[in-house]
Amino acid sequence: MGLETFIAERKQHKDLLVMAHVVCGYPSFEANMQELEIMDEAGVDLVELQFPFSEPSADGPLFVRANEQSLKAGTTVDQCFEFMAQASKRFSFKVLMMGYYNTVFKMGEDVFVERLKAAGGVGYILPDLPIEESDNLHKLSAEEGVEPVILMTPTSSDKRLAQLGAASRGMVYAVARKGVTGSKTSMDDDVISLISRCREHTNVPIGVGFGISSKADMDFLRGSADLAIVGTAALKTWEESGADGLKKFFSELMG
Amino acid sequence: MDIFDFSDGREGYYGEYGGVFLPEILHATIEELLVCFRECKADPKFWQEYVSLLQNYSGRPTPVTYLENLSRELGGAQIYVKRDDLNHTGSHKVNNVMGQGLLTQRLGKKRVIAETGAGQHGFATATMAAKFGFDCKIYMGAVDVARQRPNVFWMENLGAEVIAVEDGQKTLKDAVNECMRDWVTNMADTHYILGTACGPHPFPEMVSWFQSIIGMEAREQILAQTGRLPNRVYACVGGGSNAMGLFQGFFDEPNIELIGCEAGGEGVGSYMHSARLAYDDASVGVAQGYKTYFLQNDQGNMNETHSVAAGLDYIGVNPIFSYLHDQGKVRFEAATDAEVKETLKLTMRTEGLIPALESTHGFVVALKEAATMAKDEIVLVNMSGRGDKDIFTIADALDDAKWKSFIEGKADQYRAEKK
Repeated sequence: MGLETFIAERKQHKDLLVMAHVVCGYPSFEANMQELEIMDEAGVDLVELQFPFSEPSADGPLFVRANEQSLKAGTTVDQCFEFMAQASKRFSFKVLMMGYYNTVFKMGEDVFVERLKAAGGVGYILPDLPIEESDNLHKLSAEEGVEPVILMTPTSSDKRLAQLGAASRGMVYAVARKGVTGSKTSMDDDVISLISRCREHTNVPIGVGFGISSKADMDFLRGSADLAIVGTAALKTWEESGADGLKKFFSELMG
Repeated sequence: MDIFDFSDGREGYYGEYGGVFLPEILHATIEELLVCFRECKADPKFWQEYVSLLQNYSGRPTPVTYLENLSRELGGAQIYVKRDDLNHTGSHKVNNVMGQGLLTQRLGKKRVIAETGAGQHGFATATMAAKFGFDCKIYMGAVDVARQRPNVFWMENLGAEVIAVEDGQKTLKDAVNECMRDWVTNMADTHYILGTACGPHPFPEMVSWFQSIIGMEAREQILAQTGRLPNRVYACVGGGSNAMGLFQGFFDEPNIELIGCEAGGEGVGSYMHSARLAYDDASVGVAQGYKTYFLQNDQGNMNETHSVAAGLDYIGVNPIFSYLHDQGKVRFEAATDAEVKETLKLTMRTEGLIPALESTHGFVVALKEAATMAKDEIVLVNMSGRGDKDIFTIADALDDAKWKSFIEGKADQYRAEKK
């Protein structure tokens, strides 16, 4: 089942889905698995598995450190795919690869798409790969039935949103504000107007990310967005208060 | 040869290298920059304004100096040096920075950010920002802050805020990442003054364009002094901006050999170096906004790099050089840390010149080769920066006892003052 169909199915029972995030190998794959168990129990719908990269220039401080520590511990692409295969077999949510384009470029776009598919991934998010450079990868993805997640942003012109919309498959990731991951976003009319601008240019579901951390944010997005994307807030909770904290975080968020 | 004519290929690509690999949020900013740059490049008045700014503020044209003693001592080719060390702020970096300063004014932006390795680019940017009245933030790897305190001192006193970057290897590449993070947040009022001919298009072209003033001058000067063009032209290559600058004066001459000199660090096989093209350790990848040869592992993660010269200590090389390397148009060699120290001593004693550790890499290769060439041949080397800013590193390298006791004395004095 493809990403878009999966989202449509889940949306029959819930008005706002949740996509969560873990950095593979940080703090460890065992901890990652525990985080995923908690997310699954809480009813998370999608999880981004970030393949660590040495130059994560679109990430904020917390994820930068997580990428760095994971690589220092020796995390490899093989391990990330292996982990993805385990997760996609075991849990009811779907998994996506999140990472930087060099990881894909080095193994080869065809190999990447094959391995992603084999590991049960339904799509991928590559924040440093613009659509101008994506033709071949998108073509290969369509052949294998995995979907690229296109990012739309507050700085995108209508002309640009139209180009992005034309390339969108599966779902769109609407970046709620300027900046890197992990800082607070004030949920206001700007976010709502971004979502409606995105909707004018794409028919696929829209997830909103960057700075989503609370039930209030979720309530705000309900009715406008299809998915809320939660990244840094969950990792921060895990670091501060471990498994119990994370359970509480998701149950409050989604309660 | 016009490598910047994209009419037959993809805009911003040099062969398979270059391009724009940036987060979507920066798309509009890069478009705006590209449009503004195209206007500037097409406007002869902009270039005139740029040249007169450098003449009146930075002392251009910088001279070409004949190294008579060294040429005689080595007994080979006649050695000439382009003196970009004589620029205000002590290196060629000021050329690019002043150009981008004028461009920032055209963009109507009020704030500039820059990465810096050795600190020369940060120093030049802080200087420009003071002159033009821009707010200025400089990102510098914490390791580089520790080894280049004199430049940090000047940047701060010129009014810039210097941020020591604690991520990754804490060197130049990490400072670039941090600039990207600032830029994705503050692009509305901020221009990123990238310091070398790397990064996403149009930076490689834009920085090369501003630096081309070095080669234009040098070509005229060497013709005026010797009545002919050089046989070989040498420049050190970190990102590659000073080399691009000098080489552009000679691209159309098939008989002139262009040699890029990279940081060999501890040498071949040490994996402690920054030689992307001279050694076989680099491979093609995509990072920091562009595609080029990077020192990376088979997973696509960047390797640790090393050089005695902070300004060459970088994972990637400008995409134009990756292309020209493949085409055989530029030859790449490496100079090791040990060779650099020896050559620096020689240049100081024989010619009274103190090249920056970065620039000394060009001297190492040039002097080695000049010795094997005929007396009627000419080599030209770019002295892209002056070495007195490296006084702490050089004093360490030369293990200078008197310097050490001076520093100890200073430390004692500061401690006493604290009490």
